[in-house]
Amino acid sequence: MKFGTEIVVLSLFAFAALVAAGFGVEGPFRQHMGVLFFAVAGFTAILLRNTDFKPAAPIDTSAYMDGPIRYGAIATVFWGVVGMLVGVVIALQLAYPDLNIQPWFNFGRLRPLHTSGVVFAFGGNALLCTSLYVVQRTCRARLFGGKLAWFVFWGYQLFIVMAATGYLLGITEAREYAEPEWYVDLWLTIVWVAYLILFLGTILKRKEPHIYVANWFYLSFIVTIAMLHVVNNLSMPASFLGSKSYSAFSGVQDALTQWWYGHNAVGFFLTAGFLGMMYYFVPKQANRPVYSYRLSIVHFWAIIFLYIWAGPHHLHYTALPDWAQTLGMAFSIMLWMPSWGGMINGLMTLSGAWDKLRTDPIIRMMVMAVAFYGMSTFEGPIMSIRTVNSLSHYTDWTIGHVHSGALGWVGMISFGAIYYMVPKLWNRERLYSLRLVTWHFWLATLGIVVYAAVMWVSGIMQGLMWREYDEQGFLVYSFAETVAAMHPFYVMRAIGGAMYLTGALLMAWNVTMTILGHQREEQPMPGSEPALRPAE
Amino acid sequence: MGLMDKHAIIEKNATLLLVGSLLVVTVGGIVEIAPLFYLDNTIEKVEGMRPYSPLELAGRNIYVREGCYLCHSQMIRPFRDEVERYGHYSLAAESMYDHPFQWGSKRTGPDLARVGNRYSNEWHVQHLMDPRSVVPESIMPRYAFLKDAPIEVKDFSTHLVANARVGVPYSDEMIAHANADLMVQADPNADASGVEKRYPKAEVGDLDGNPQQVTEMDALVAYLQMLGTLVDFKTYDDAAGYR
Repeated sequence: MKFGTEIVVLSLFAFAALVAAGFGVEGPFRQHMGVLFFAVAGFTAILLRNTDFKPAAPIDTSAYMDGPIRYGAIATVFWGVVGMLVGVVIALQLAYPDLNIQPWFNFGRLRPLHTSGVVFAFGGNALLCTSLYVVQRTCRARLFGGKLAWFVFWGYQLFIVMAATGYLLGITEAREYAEPEWYVDLWLTIVWVAYLILFLGTILKRKEPHIYVANWFYLSFIVTIAMLHVVNNLSMPASFLGSKSYSAFSGVQDALTQWWYGHNAVGFFLTAGFLGMMYYFVPKQANRPVYSYRLSIVHFWAIIFLYIWAGPHHLHYTALPDWAQTLGMAFSIMLWMPSWGGMINGLMTLSGAWDKLRTDPIIRMMVMAVAFYGMSTFEGPIMSIRTVNSLSHYTDWTIGHVHSGALGWVGMISFGAIYYMVPKLWNRERLYSLRLVTWHFWLATLGIVVYAAVMWVSGIMQGLMWREYDEQGFLVYSFAETVAAMHPFYVMRAIGGAMYLTGALLMAWNVTMTILGHQREEQPMPGSEPALRPAE
Repeated sequence: MGLMDKHAIIEKNATLLLVGSLLVVTVGGIVEIAPLFYLDNTIEKVEGMRPYSPLELAGRNIYVREGCYLCHSQMIRPFRDEVERYGHYSLAAESMYDHPFQWGSKRTGPDLARVGNRYSNEWHVQHLMDPRSVVPESIMPRYAFLKDAPIEVKDFSTHLVANARVGVPYSDEMIAHANADLMVQADPNADASGVEKRYPKAEVGDLDGNPQQVTEMDALVAYLQMLGTLVDFKTYDDAAGYR
């Protein structure tokens, strides 16, 4: 019977959620379990409507398994738009506080929804689908474990739904980028281990003798995130029928554990994983081999070794002991080198193909991504220097830095990969429209420039205002005055974000039309077809 | 055969690659984090630190729930301007019972590490109900719903027990009185001497202007009013605490 086991297991799961919804010790937990019940029960109903008793058609196990990857590409675009939309909303809330709608849509509850939405829902789905796409093609092997890939995909979507609804209900561990509570963390651990088995299993059955460099990065990203997630989320629930838990560590130890996690969520989720993406899709789109094999070896081992140490730079001048701060700063500065190793390897892959920048907006997007990667991995070490950090910390400069990395690097390389994969996954000759990709490119690039520049100004300005003294030795500005001074910058930042969101909406339209099989009739990109010229 | 050629061994063996990269990424964390648990000088020796009273802990949970830490730090750095603006720089000891820590990473609003006893209870309630009515420049959301939300906890002692399990020194007496203390601290008609004995410097009495019931507003104000008040800095020696 098709979906037989799945339906039984999911029904039991839904029933357990219903019981928890009834017996939970606190309101938000009961509501959260209600959400879980409806999500799982709804999914079960869909399976029931699609089941039948005929023996299932045989699966061609020699072909690549692209079903979960197609879903993943759609999920990436969908969550990307959602996450960026929430970002624009909270940017507007900072400019116009009356847009806060208490209690569910206050800034404090929406902000984790934005960060998790773009990092884990958009970025996570992008990593999930590209890694499964890349690992099959570079190993010449079908995904390991039969339906395991489907479990990983849907399990991860359930994690996203539970995390997001939990934030709105106020269910949070207050650990930045690791906010979901203990039971959602346990679920993610299960899904993540399944992902590791799926990925590693596929590598183990490869037909190529060598493991391609992109897979080194994906593999180290998966295994390191597993380690970080488990250690950082160790906590003691007050009740197994309640959402609240208390973290295993306290104060200074808790702070460093969290930023060891937090910085490496950047280092491994948003960097190593996306470097894996770069190592496959940039050479493919440029139709050139990776620039340097040696460089990829050196910078791979260097980057995964050094990144882990950089966490304490989030805690400069705090109650964290000085020796730990100094270690964190030293390693953060050293990290500049392997980061630029990755950038050089990505950019130089275009050697001999630079002309494609004029004609191919997808390669343009990828190059811009690598350029932003280089920019923000240069800015990062500078901000980790204690004297610079004394000014930048607690201000919008940090927010700007994060976004030049997230919008510029993570966003752009993912868009490039999506534009590359979608026509191939659905067997379309080409994208619906290349000119829309050009529009997306410019909207996104200008949006980032506006965003980052505005945050530099507001961040440095606020940092300087906080420490401004008059000639008699008094502080010049009250805190409230520095808040008021931020207003024009918050408005401009929202505009920059809205431009970026508009670009993502164009992508959603473009991808949808491509999947539906449409092709827009349009002029070819200037220069893409050699023009005839009379001989002289 | 050069070193680079030997890399082919790892490249052809997924298990080696997995184990190798896992080993490489564990080093930094072990060297930086593990010593914080056994080096004696990580946390200064101070007098006055105590676990949170049940009502303060409930208030802290609301502070966490509403994501206050996303805009307010609780970590004063040792700079002239910060010390003049907010008070003595924060000590590690002051967050030794904080599960989780609430140091924060962004100051969209001011630092709150020492906001306790700076404003009246009435100011806090008014400010949380409508921030711009007391600070016109503020961009903080309104939290008026807290005043209408009664504290809803079936058995609060489980929260103290969970904290005790991760190392907060809640005594059996504190745990036994947890549910009563939770209500008594904000009830102007009750005898709060037990709470004051178990939790010195706790803010007792009707905190939210509504003596009829204990609300989430009571809890949050109780928490805000004790922030940074426990350590007596007249007896603290900066030089001895320097690490």
